[in-house]
Amino acid sequence: MRALELKGVSKSFGKTEVIRNVDLTVEDGEFCVFVGPSGCGKSTLLRIIAGLEDASAGDIVLDGQRMNDVAPAKRELAMVFQSYALYPHLTVRDNMGLALKQAGKSRAEIKAASDKAAEMLSLGPLMDRRPAELSGGQRQRVAIGRAIVRRPKLFLFDEPLSNLDAALRVATRIEIARLHRELGATMIYVTHDQVEAMTLATRIVVLRDGRVEQVGAPMALYNDPDNVFVAGFIGSPQMNFLKAAALGERGQTLGIRPEHLEISRQSGQIAAQVTHVEKLGGETLVYARSDVHGLLTTRLFGEQDFAVDETVYLTPVAARAFHFDAEGQRLR
Amino acid sequence: MATARASWGRTVAAHAVLIAYTVIALFPVFVIVINSFKSRKAIFADPLALPLPGNFDLVGYQTVLKQGDFFLYFQNSLVVTCASLFCVLLFGAMAAFALSEYRFRGNSLMGLYLALGIMIPIRLGTVAILEIMVASGLVNTLTALILVYTAQGLPLSIFILSEFMKSVSNDLKNAGRIDGLSEYAIFFRLVLPLVRPAMATVAVFTMIPIWNDLWFPLILAPAEHTKTVTLGAQVFIGQFVTNWNAVLASLSLAIVPVLVLYLVFSRQLIRGITAGAVK
Repeated sequence: MRALELKGVSKSFGKTEVIRNVDLTVEDGEFCVFVGPSGCGKSTLLRIIAGLEDASAGDIVLDGQRMNDVAPAKRELAMVFQSYALYPHLTVRDNMGLALKQAGKSRAEIKAASDKAAEMLSLGPLMDRRPAELSGGQRQRVAIGRAIVRRPKLFLFDEPLSNLDAALRVATRIEIARLHRELGATMIYVTHDQVEAMTLATRIVVLRDGRVEQVGAPMALYNDPDNVFVAGFIGSPQMNFLKAAALGERGQTLGIRPEHLEISRQSGQIAAQVTHVEKLGGETLVYARSDVHGLLTTRLFGEQDFAVDETVYLTPVAARAFHFDAEGQRLR
Repeated sequence: MATARASWGRTVAAHAVLIAYTVIALFPVFVIVINSFKSRKAIFADPLALPLPGNFDLVGYQTVLKQGDFFLYFQNSLVVTCASLFCVLLFGAMAAFALSEYRFRGNSLMGLYLALGIMIPIRLGTVAILEIMVASGLVNTLTALILVYTAQGLPLSIFILSEFMKSVSNDLKNAGRIDGLSEYAIFFRLVLPLVRPAMATVAVFTMIPIWNDLWFPLILAPAEHTKTVTLGAQVFIGQFVTNWNAVLASLSLAIVPVLVLYLVFSRQLIRGITAGAVK
């Protein structure tokens, strides 16, 4: 069963086209992440799915039914916002119960549902507090709880971790992944952070300028990108782009990930000067500048000693290199 | 040290200015209130003297209270002020919500048009308003006053409230939509509580000119049963003899209700500000 189907969805604000003819299907139980740089239309696309924005063209099909003209509340979905968007005048319990109350559920039913959600997110002791009395992480958990309580067919997350600090972000990320496993629900998640996308997604949709650039499992995108944009966006540190002609390779650009660029003090294909070294303990990142190719990054395992201004020789592993044409499309 | 002394000097200067302004603003009120408790002779002999056992006299209040109609005048003033305030706040907030929340053709033009009223005094249209009221048979009714004051208060109310409503988080309204709240519920239950400080500001700015107005009651509703307090006080001002005791007493009494309303709203104002601060 398909949880969501977008058919030729477009959206423009006045003359500005924000979403251009997006076709997409999300299967039941999938964790689908929309990722892309700011302004690529990923949040707008999410809001179109939620029904908070109208599509200028195309169909939104949820669970086999065309939903273009259905109000957000009737689409059986729940949304978690970046700013949490908790109702400031309601307690945690009432925040979580409001949707069910609006749907006319009985008190006992609402209490059972919110207690269950509170237990999943260990919100028990906070149930009678107001949002102003909670920390950022607790507020985000309440916002997630409010979504769970409704038992929606589709969860929508709009950059839910952006306002949290780094440690809390990792913890909440794991929490969300656990919820996805436990609830088995379909989730659509918007982020600009490719690490979140890689760690959470069963499938990633890379967007740029309102167009879908590539759809696939995280490792499929990492190991088999369709174009320069996806290759550069997925993976951190970013992929190196070398001038193919200078290396005698086909195409315009040769893409090579930092871990597939071998470094040597004696000999190699590309001579470069070390400009910066980052030691992270488990790995070492060496940044080196070559006259032809610009700044290149290599990732080495463990602790490695390289001095700034030292001359090194870099060699791409031929089997792991990607070739791109002048338009940035992959040559296979 | 140096900065501490500088800020101390600044604090003193700021307080001096504020105190001076307060004294200037309150002085006429003070004079009205003290003289309302004095005998007629004492008012003229020494207007600035405090009411002491020698010159203390409640004759002004006795005159005002004996004149049974005065309670009616108060009631009229209160009805007009409260009803106008209610309409201004309700319709102003609704218009402001529409202007700030929905995208539609001519949105900003409409906003500008509605705000124009701030710059054009409604009294310029008195003759036309009177003609309309005569034609619709509303002369000498409180409804006429309420309608005029609502029109008078709306522009400022829409202007201030729409700016505040733009600052209410979109996510919050959208969360409400997803949770199944109607647009009315979003307006009344999510947005209005959050702009309460702005509502209180608008209420105070709107209420005082309405309560104090003499112009429209005099023109649109001068009948005995629709007189407001300010108009009622004119009873004691004659062409040849003015009953100053009664005038001052009625004006002193007229201050009380508006003071109470102000305290109610200003408490809302402070509560709103602190609620925002601890968030």
